[in-house]
Amino acid sequence: MYLQDVALILQLIELDTYLEEVNENMSKKQVVSSTINGQQVEFLTEPQQSLLECLRDTLGLTGSKEGCNDGNCGACSVLIDDRLVNACLMLGMEIDGKDVVTVEGLSNIHELHPIQEAFVLEDGLQCGYCTPGFIVATKALLDKNANPTEDEIRFWLAGNLCRCTGYDKIVRSVRLASQLMNDANEDLQ
Amino acid sequence: MSKKMIERDKHISVGTRPERMDAKDKVTGHALYGTDISLPGLLHGRVLRSPHAHARIVSIDTSKAEALPGVFAVVIANDLPEADDRTEKAGESTINYKFLRDNNLASDKVLYVGHAVAALAAKSPDVAQTALESIEVEYEILEPVLDVRHAMSDQTQVLHEQIRTDGPDGSGDTPSNIAQHIRHVKGDLNKGFSDADVIVEREFTTVPVHQSYLESHAATAVWSMDGTLTIYSSTQGAFLARNQVSELLQYPMAKIKVIPTEVGGAFGGKNPTYVEAPAALLARKTGRPVRVVMSREEVILGTGPGSGTAIKVKVGATKLGKITAVQAELCYEAGAYPGSPVHPGAMAMFAAYDIPNGQIDGYDVLVNKPRVAAYRAPGAPQSAFACEQIIDEVAQNLGMDGVEFRMKNAASEGTVRLDGSLHKSIAIKEILGVIEDHPHYNEPIEGPNQGRGVAIGFWDNWGARSSVEINVNSDGTVNLISGSVDLTGSRTTVAMQAADVLEIPFDNVKSSMVDTDSISYTDTSAGSRTTMATGLAAVEAARDVLAKLKVEVADMWNVSLDSVIYSQGVFGTTESNSESITFADLAAKLSGQINGHGNVNVENWAGAGGGTIVDVEVDPETGQVKVLRCTAIQNAGKAIHPGHVEGQMQGGVVQGIGWALYEGYQYDELGHVLNANLLDYKLPTSLDVPSVEAVIIEKPFPSNPYGARGVGETPIISPAPAIANAIQQALGKRIDQLPMTPTRLLEKIGVI
Repeated sequence: MYLQDVALILQLIELDTYLEEVNENMSKKQVVSSTINGQQVEFLTEPQQSLLECLRDTLGLTGSKEGCNDGNCGACSVLIDDRLVNACLMLGMEIDGKDVVTVEGLSNIHELHPIQEAFVLEDGLQCGYCTPGFIVATKALLDKNANPTEDEIRFWLAGNLCRCTGYDKIVRSVRLASQLMNDANEDLQ
Repeated sequence: MSKKMIERDKHISVGTRPERMDAKDKVTGHALYGTDISLPGLLHGRVLRSPHAHARIVSIDTSKAEALPGVFAVVIANDLPEADDRTEKAGESTINYKFLRDNNLASDKVLYVGHAVAALAAKSPDVAQTALESIEVEYEILEPVLDVRHAMSDQTQVLHEQIRTDGPDGSGDTPSNIAQHIRHVKGDLNKGFSDADVIVEREFTTVPVHQSYLESHAATAVWSMDGTLTIYSSTQGAFLARNQVSELLQYPMAKIKVIPTEVGGAFGGKNPTYVEAPAALLARKTGRPVRVVMSREEVILGTGPGSGTAIKVKVGATKLGKITAVQAELCYEAGAYPGSPVHPGAMAMFAAYDIPNGQIDGYDVLVNKPRVAAYRAPGAPQSAFACEQIIDEVAQNLGMDGVEFRMKNAASEGTVRLDGSLHKSIAIKEILGVIEDHPHYNEPIEGPNQGRGVAIGFWDNWGARSSVEINVNSDGTVNLISGSVDLTGSRTTVAMQAADVLEIPFDNVKSSMVDTDSISYTDTSAGSRTTMATGLAAVEAARDVLAKLKVEVADMWNVSLDSVIYSQGVFGTTESNSESITFADLAAKLSGQINGHGNVNVENWAGAGGGTIVDVEVDPETGQVKVLRCTAIQNAGKAIHPGHVEGQMQGGVVQGIGWALYEGYQYDELGHVLNANLLDYKLPTSLDVPSVEAVIIEKPFPSNPYGARGVGETPIISPAPAIANAIQQALGKRIDQLPMTPTRLLEKIGVI
């Protein structure tokens, strides 16, 4: 159904106008080179575009969400050189030479990250829109502190808004994630 | 429709906690929401909004914007055909198409700051945003009407010259901002109050509160050469969205395909459409797909929150603790167009009690604020804030425990409500019993400036129409499709019910939400109806599958249809012991060409009661209130998936804490919203709330064969009054305004 629609639209668009637009856009753009989810990536960005726009619109990584576009909801949380940031508050150009991890980078098609597994097992999501941000924020927390207390979890996650769950099941998910990751580390050792 | 309940021993996946079908896609970022839809050649639509709260549009000149490079089309109200003056039910709320048209794109007047005036499509969001500034609108500014009581007086500007009050004694003869006046009367009010030993009277006010779903409104429209309009929409109801677009564009339903995306929260606010019709107009003009996504500021300014209210209430009771009479006046802001939730607010207000004499007057009042939309138990948090505080105060004046007083007056099955309806089984006494016995209610409060509050609430829920189809595959798995938009897990809870009727493992059912071309009409996911009503449709569809399979079996074995039996996934016949075939083997034999339909219209459903116990600590120096502990009690009928029910309860309570302590629109005197962002409009964070303990009680009701009742809305009703009652206990002061901010508390304490 989706592909049919795409094919139809391609027929409808006047190709000349479309290409003209594409070319015009190219001329203003600058090249950014960075590592995103473990892969070396080069992409073009206009100077005023936020990292969130670049991730979502240019690179097709729509897992990071826009909730407020001013750094108050955390739905666009990503890791840049292991630091937790709101992608809406950075420019695309600022990640040149940096290492970026988005929610898409935590799992592959075969296996969930233990944090993701924990959110699934504990029903730590409802509508799911804030979930990628919470999962990335949780990764940042557990990378620093493998055994956070409930207070530490609540403090760390206060930059991420969830409107559906009331946070209890999210806190439980983080605790389970901590346990799963510690168990996995013990198994490795 | 069968009213027979399915026996407990047939609950296999029902009552367990399987993994949500949509969970993995959502935790990995793969799920596609309305804001994620992208199509080749996509143009970006933006909406120009009114800077004035009340003004006449003198002229709109779009020529400069149209001439800008990168701008493809501009539309204004004239691009929409005239609409019918007709009202349709949408969940607990209503939609009038004439007003909806003006709310999508203002024609003669703008009625609130943020009112949509024009929309345009451009090659990028930046170009679109910049181009909006080139649209020239000349306004004749009018006096804004912002206060509900002021709006009701004769001395004020009216928003709509043509509106007359639709009252209990007929229609008014002069223009008024009171669109409707409803009245519920029961018994003899004067006698009731004269029998009372104690009478308490108070007035309460609340401000508009936004649903604040994290995903803003988003729609992507595209036209095919055959005239099909396809819209990807973040909506609660694909068919409801289709109805609205069909009405707004005067275009046949069959040629509009609404594809519901994953929805990033709705809570009632995504029943009305805002961006779908403008996106469709722009897509038609440009011949390209157009996506319109609102910013957070637009969501707060331009979409419908819950009503601000002014409520007067008076309750009388005897020394023995029996309520003799109640009277209330509910003034609810509708915003720019009629349709506040004053009806359900009035319904819910005293619904948990058996009131012998009472009168409620409700007013639907126009003010220069966005037209309100449903918000989780629409109207009830406001009326409960008043009711449950006054109930508490009467009990205090009688020297009686609040829970005991509520118990003495609790409604039960057969109680006639003030609105004249007869209560079905409602379990209010059971809920009060759980509160009385709960450790939270009985353990002592620890410190100074702490208080404990209790409140209860009742919500009527909704039934309505749902469609489900089940296709049986040749390997014995089944595909279940429904017309319900899955907001918070209904794909899973509906599939669980079908799996149990089919007596196959839950994992063998794949459940999806589909577009409006693919299934018959289904009402919007609102009124806590989906697990109950779409669940019933799934049960009916599963029964239809089994009935058809039994015919096949009878035919295959040449036995009578009546003799065919089905148990634990195996067909047999009472005519012979040797014949048997499993569900999967039969499916293989039939090459998967079996399907079942379930189309239901649930007209007899039951509401649900709930309650909250809460402990707070007030800092007398700062006025800060900390919620220390919170327990929520809810009658779920039957918790199909207890994890989901807990989630609904905890989420509802935390939204209720938001109403109580933080949330609300702030206006200046010209009607500008001062806090149209998520920094200044404060939502509760993980630091602001405790882990809410969810206590589920199960008093089944047979509108759903497992006994499930709607659970989504009730939990938001009682937290705010429970917190107010707790603050009263801590401070000895009653707070009569929402939100109960530190400033209000300090004023009450006398610090400022």
